[in-house]
Order: sequence, then C-alpha cells, then structure tokens
Amino acid sequence: MDTFAEAATGRDALVSRLRALLPDGSVLDTDEAQRPYECDGLTLFRQLPLATVLPSTEAQLVSVIRLCREAGVPIVPRGAGTGLSGGATPHAHGVLLSTAKMSRILSIDPLARTARVQPGVRNLAISEAAAKHGLYYAPDPSSQIACSIGGNVAENSGGVHCLKYGLTVHNVLRVRAVTIDGEVVEFGSGALDSPGLDLLAVLVGSEGMLAVTTEVTVRLIPRPQLARCIMASFGDVGVAGDAVAKLIAAGIIPAGLEMMDQPATRMVEPFANAGYDLDAAAILLCEADGTPEEVDEEIARMSEVLRAAGATGLRVSASEAERLRFWAGRKNAFPAAGRVSPDYYCMDGTIPRRRLGEMLRAIQQMEVKYDMRCPNVFHAGDGNLHPLILFDANDPSSLARAEAFGADILELCVKLGGTVTGEHGVGIEKINQMCVQFPADEREQFFGVKRAFDPHGLLNPDKCIPTLHRCAEYGRLKVHGGALPHPELERF
Amino acid sequence: MATADRAEELVDQVRSAFGRARRLRIRGGGTKDWYGEPPADGSAETTLDTRIHTGIVEYDPSELVVTARCGTPLAELEAALAASGQMLACEAPHFGAQATVGGCIAAGLSGPRRATSGSVRDFVLGAKLINGRGQHLSFGGQVIKNVAGYDVSRLLAGSLGILGVITEVSLKVVPAPVAEATLRFDGVPEQVALERLNRWGGQPLPLSASAWSAGTLHLRLSGAAAAVDAARSALGGDRLDPVDAAAFWTALREQSAPFFAGDVPLWRLSLPSTTPPLTGLDTSAGAGAGLVEWGGALRWLRSDAPAALLREAARSAGGHATLFRRGQGKSGAHGMPAGCFAPLDPALLRIHQRLKAEFDPAGLFNHGRLYPGL
Ligand SMILES: Cc1cc2nc3c(=O)[nH]c(=O)nc-3n(C[C@H](O)[C@H](O)[C@H](O)COP(=O)(O)OP(=O)(O)OC[C@H]3O[C@@H](n4cnc5c(N)ncnc54)[C@H](O)[C@@H]3O)c2cc1C
Repeated sequence: MDTFAEAATGRDALVSRLRALLPDGSVLDTDEAQRPYECDGLTLFRQLPLATVLPSTEAQLVSVIRLCREAGVPIVPRGAGTGLSGGATPHAHGVLLSTAKMSRILSIDPLARTARVQPGVRNLAISEAAAKHGLYYAPDPSSQIACSIGGNVAENSGGVHCLKYGLTVHNVLRVRAVTIDGEVVEFGSGALDSPGLDLLAVLVGSEGMLAVTTEVTVRLIPRPQLARCIMASFGDVGVAGDAVAKLIAAGIIPAGLEMMDQPATRMVEPFANAGYDLDAAAILLCEADGTPEEVDEEIARMSEVLRAAGATGLRVSASEAERLRFWAGRKNAFPAAGRVSPDYYCMDGTIPRRRLGEMLRAIQQMEVKYDMRCPNVFHAGDGNLHPLILFDANDPSSLARAEAFGADILELCVKLGGTVTGEHGVGIEKINQMCVQFPADEREQFFGVKRAFDPHGLLNPDKCIPTLHRCAEYGRLKVHGGALPHPELERF
Repeated sequence: MATADRAEELVDQVRSAFGRARRLRIRGGGTKDWYGEPPADGSAETTLDTRIHTGIVEYDPSELVVTARCGTPLAELEAALAASGQMLACEAPHFGAQATVGGCIAAGLSGPRRATSGSVRDFVLGAKLINGRGQHLSFGGQVIKNVAGYDVSRLLAGSLGILGVITEVSLKVVPAPVAEATLRFDGVPEQVALERLNRWGGQPLPLSASAWSAGTLHLRLSGAAAAVDAARSALGGDRLDPVDAAAFWTALREQSAPFFAGDVPLWRLSLPSTTPPLTGLDTSAGAGAGLVEWGGALRWLRSDAPAALLREAARSAGGHATLFRRGQGKSGAHGMPAGCFAPLDPALLRIHQRLKAEFDPAGLFNHGRLYPGL
C-alpha cells in the first residue's frame, strides 16, 4: 500500500517520465482524455487510472513496464475494452496500458496456415485478411468486430463455433509477451509443441495477470465450402435442452449449437429481423459445415434427431443470407438487451449439459424472487449460459437485486457441477464467487502461479483470485444478510 | 474393471515423504520409464505407484466428458469410450499394455491425430493434484468451457510429474468418425510430400493423420462418409485394406514400425510444418532416414550426430529437438552427455524454477526428470 501511496503523490513525476519514453500523444493524464478508458464492457465498475499509455512498439511497451516495475506502480493491460468481467478496469494508483496502437497484422503464411499479429488487432480483422487464402481464424466471439486478439488470449475467449473448432487456447500457437521484469519471452512457437512445461496453456486465460502480450501467432483453418443452419422450435425449454444432449449422444458435433429462450427471441427479433419463431418457448440454432455432401448428410441426421427429440418445427437456411440472419440475431442478443432495458447484466456460468432444464427452471423462479426479467441465450453445445438480467443502474435497489440475482445464478452453476465463468473471465466481477468455487488451498496455489510470473504482484492486481481475507468477508456478508443461497457449497 | 479410491493413501505417502524430505518417483505402469532425464541417483528415491488409485469415476457420453483416476489403464479407458462410439482425439501412444491415464497426461505425448485434432493438453478439462505439501487440489472441472482461475490442469499435461501427483483427470472426448480411409502414395520425395501435406492442410479435407518415410506417403481421412469418399476421389492414391490401415497407424503410434527398431538414438524434431527437409543430420543412412508425421510438423530422425547440431537445426527452423530415445549408442559421446529436452531460454527457465518451488517446495517429485534441478 505504501508504494501505491507514494506513486500517487509522484503522479506528475511518473507522467513526465512516461512522456519521455513514448511519442507525443501517447500518454493521457487528464480526466477527459482518460474517460473512455475508465471501464470495460462491465460498466458497473468505473475508475480513472493515474495515467493511460498507448505504446506503438514492443520496445516502448517494455520501457513502460520497466519504469512501472522500478517505481512499484501497478499496470493494467487493456485491449479493446469489450471484456465483461472488469478485467480491464483501471487501478486507481496504476497505469492503464492500452494496446490500441499495436494493431498491425505482421504476416500471414498461407502455406503454414498461420498469422502473426500484434495484440491490438481485432479478432475479425484476422479472418478478413486470411479470406483471400481460403482461410480463417476460428474462435468468433460475438464481439469479434471490436475485441482484440490480446484480449482474446487473456480471456481464452470462445464463440458460437467453438464446440467444433475450439477456444482461443486451441487456436493459438505462440504468444510473445513481456514479463513484469521487462523481459520479452516466447511462449509456444511455430511448431505444435515446445520444450518444458506448457506455459502457453497457463498464459491463455490469465486475464493480463501474468505477462503483457505483444505478439500472437494464431492457427488459421480452411474455410468450409458450405455451411447451413437449422432453426428448430420447441414448446418447452427443458425439451430443447434435452435435444442438445441427444444430438451429442448421436455422435454429432454441430459447427454451432446455440439456444435462445422465448424472452430472448422476442427481445432480439424487432432489432435483428432474424426470422425467429416467436411462438416457440425456445429455439435451437444448429449448424453443419463442410463439403456440400457432408452438409447434406449432417443436416439430414440432425433434423431426424431434433424431430425425434420433440422439435415442433424445423427451418433449414435456404441461402447464405438467411444463415447469416439466423446468426445475426444470436450475435446481437447483448446489444438488443441494451435496447429494451436501461442496463443488462450478462452472466457466463457453465454447467453440464444435462442440467440445462433444471437451471432454466431455477432462473425462472429467481425472476419471481427478484422481480426482474432475465432472457437467456446459451452456447448450448458447451453448456455455457448467458442469462441477461435486465435492470436499471440508476435505481440502487434494481442494481442490488441484479447483483444478488447474478450471484445466485453463478453459485447454482457451481452446485450443478459447473463453473462461474465459461469465457468472460473472473476479473473483479466474479471474484466473490471464486470463494464459492475454490477452497482456500486451491486459491493459494493460484497465487503461487501468479508469484511465479509476477512476484511483486504489479500486473493487474486484485483481480481474478480472491484473498483469504476477501473470502472471509464474503462469507460473513452472506451469513449476515441471511441470504446464503446454498450453504452446502463451501466444498467444490 | 477394477475401481478403487485410494487417494488418501497417495496423500499419506506424499505427506510422509515431505516430512522426511524423501524424494519420490511417481510411476504408473512404467511404460515410459525411459522418457525424460534418468534419475541422477535412483537409490535416493522412493517409488510412488499410482496404480492403486484406479477406475472411471464418471462418464456420460452425451456430455462428451470422461473422468478417470490416474491408475486406470489407458486401454481400459479407451475401451469404455469405444463402447459408446467415442474416443480420445489425441490418439496418445501407450508404449506398453500397462500404460495408465495418469502417465498419459504427465507425459503429454500425442499420436498421429495431433496435427488435425489437437494434443493431450487440448482435451484436458480438469485435474486433481497432490502438490508437494500433500494438499489434494482440484482444478478445472467437467465442463467444456471454464476460465475460472489459471488453467493449472492443462499445465499438468506434459509436466512429467514435476509439479505433483495427478490423481484424477477429466477429458473431453469426441465421437469416433463414421468413415475412415487410408491412402498410400509411392515414389514421393520428402520435399514433394511436405509441399503436398501443407497444401492439403489448407483445403477443407477430412485429414486425420499423415506419415511419410522412405518415399512413401500415407494419408488417413476420417469423418462423414460423404466427405471421406469425396476426398478419396480427389486425392487418388491406393487405398489400404482397413485392417492393414489400422495396423499401420498403431505401429506408427506405438513406435513398433521398423523405422523405430535398432540402437541409433531417436530424435524427435517438432518444427513448423513448412520447414524444408533437413539434411546432413542423420549420420547413419543419409537422406531418407527420417520419418515425417503431423503434416510436416513432426520429424523423427535416427541419428548419432552431435546433439548441438540437431538442436541448432531445429532451433533455427523455429522448433526444438528432443532426444526421445537414447539408444545403446554413443549419444553424448561428442562431449557432454546430451540432455533429453532442448535447453530453455533463461527467462523461461526462471519461471519454471519458481513454479516448481510453488508447487513442490521441497523438491519431492521426479527430481531432474524434465530438466536438471527441477
Ligand atoms: C457484445 C459483446 C459480446 C461478447 N461476446 C463474447 C463471446 O461470444 N465470447 C467471449 O468469449 N467473449 C465475448 N465477449 C467478451 C469480450 O469481448 C472478450 O472477453 C474479449 O476477448 C475481450 O477482448 P478485449 O480486446 O476487448 O479485451 P479487454 O476488455 O480490453 O481486456 C480483457 C482482459 O484482457 C487483458 N488484456 C488485454 N490485452 C492484453 C494484452 N495485450 N496482454 C495481456 N493482457 C491483456 C485485460 O487486462 C483484461 O483483463 C463479448 C463482449 C461484448 C461486449
């Protein structure tokens, strides 16, 4: 704490030292200039940092880290700021380090099927640049037009196609990153494995707490010749959930398998004109891709399973335009929530697929308990839920209820054998729920991993892993409020 | 199928070793005893046998996840999956009938399907670990997407036991392909094979394995029947009888194929797939003594050339070289005995050392098996 306080008083000195390291206009220190950086996609948490820096090169980034390390100033890395868990929320006594000016695609090797890119490159830009070679980058978060690859690596982001094609961790070959000591380290390589421990696997999903990514080599895969999508309607959400399990049990891995309940389709439709069946209690979007023969074969098999599982109607996309419309609705679910409600709070738990029906019924009860609406969209194939709690942040009671509602959902995910976050990360948002998911020994081992990379705790501090103290506080709070939803949860 | 939950005994053994500062060598079926650095002083180690803790804990095919204890025979796990039409996509080698699930994860070795389907670590969803303080910890879980906390379970894949005893693991499984075909192309020089493999890799073909050696290229296609048929007519080649094909890929995976016989050291070079043929590295038989897998990304060489030469060739191509099997020959005869794995860059080594100290502060587990001092 002392070092932080000193850093605060030495703010002007810090800013001028940062200015000496970076080109003009790359260090922001006024409130107005820093306003766009005060929060990420989780707008509930806002905080201005001491200063915001935008290095243009790795060498500049290294010099910033060395300076901060020497001065004991915390660093929070930031990509595009679309994160939904507050991972890029600035530190009051720290420097916010944006990769916005490191946004070049360095090379694409069509024969080796790899792209080497700077961290600030947008996810979709990689696929756009690879398209002329018939290749693309598979993980496709709904935020792909905006989010950066550096952020994707930090969160191990997924997308609607990751059941078949994997998450970020499965599609990244190499990450070049700077440690808190200012050393440039290569994790992974252009080969399929590397000597020693698989540190790349730990770096992916580490929420900017272990090192700052300066370059990424991703794997590109051939674009399928054809993709078609089935929209299947169901009269009951539980039946739709069971249909998902039946598809998988039939040995089918759809290229995409998403579910939306009726409140979600009705919320999205006026906004996206996706052509959804608004009378259905739930719809499944179920995609096949590959050669035309393969797609025909798979669409036929999937249709058969879906019908037998109780689908009340099936519509197969008749054109690429229609297929994209089906997906546009799904991918615009969050913005649509933002349109129908002053605010929305997006949850991200994952549960075993067989518990989907149970979970949905519990959420319906919670809607009554908290008197709030909660449409649901899911990466159903992965069991990854995105309940969208609609609330009004200007109404303190509404905000408090939304937070309690969210905590209830996440803690039920743990109880059902799942996890509090499937792809959005813990950040500061779910830090209390980490106390529920992991006992103290596990959390201490996580701190051990953190210390191995960042012994001084300067990289994105106080996020992701809660301290013993914090968990004790959370436990007390819940007992006091008498609101401990699942007292049996203390063991994972 | 035996099942026994004996985790408590394993924990007790670790705690007692911790109390007496006695080193442990973690061992399953012993099928990979030869892999990694040999113990500096075997007599200073007690063997911890993981086979007492055995059995499939949970398997629900519709979840695509299986959870098994470390001592479960790998063959038993694979048979259980096959009975539900599923499999481990990484096609890990067994190197002996006694191979266990724990050893498979700790060794982290993947088989022919690696380049197209992923590695052992890619399929790890969760793991339980006894660390060097005798704490039994649980990381990850049984769901396909999970980013809560650092991904310690994937870190365990390939850790060769230096971070602790893996007692249980949850793995993502995949449906076995509906159709499969193996094609053979003769008279293909290495350079041509590499070009073709990389070009095909960029096309939407249902490739699931490749192998080139001595002028012959084998290609395996797996997937929907329509896709396999279409690819077969597009690619040409001679189709192997399915029984011969299965035997071929098993012999490759288990290294029982003739290429792997003999005493010359076996080097494993993991390289960018487009790396041109390496020349001047195999002292025994000249060009053509190599075997190429993984669409060009894995090259096996029989060579008693100096380790430094092989390591530098791999490094300058952007990969690394492992002395996979030392053979009876003169490996290391050219000066210092060669280490098994390519040396780490100093910054990476420091992170390794600190991680080891955090997981295993007393240095109990598999001392020196991955790198000296770790
Ligand atoms: C509408 C919407 C839809 C979304 N849909 C999805 C989805 O489908 N799937 C999904 O997984 N996510 C989704 N997200 C969440 C978010 O887009 C992803 O987490 C994304 O990867 C964040 O990238 P970013 O560049 O915006 O990172 P930021 O928000 O800027 O940062 C995220 C984290 O990464 C760290 N970080 C950023 N850059 C670096 C770096 N160079 N080095 C080290 N650490 C770094 C930050 O410190 C922070 O902890 C969605 C978000 C929105 C707003």
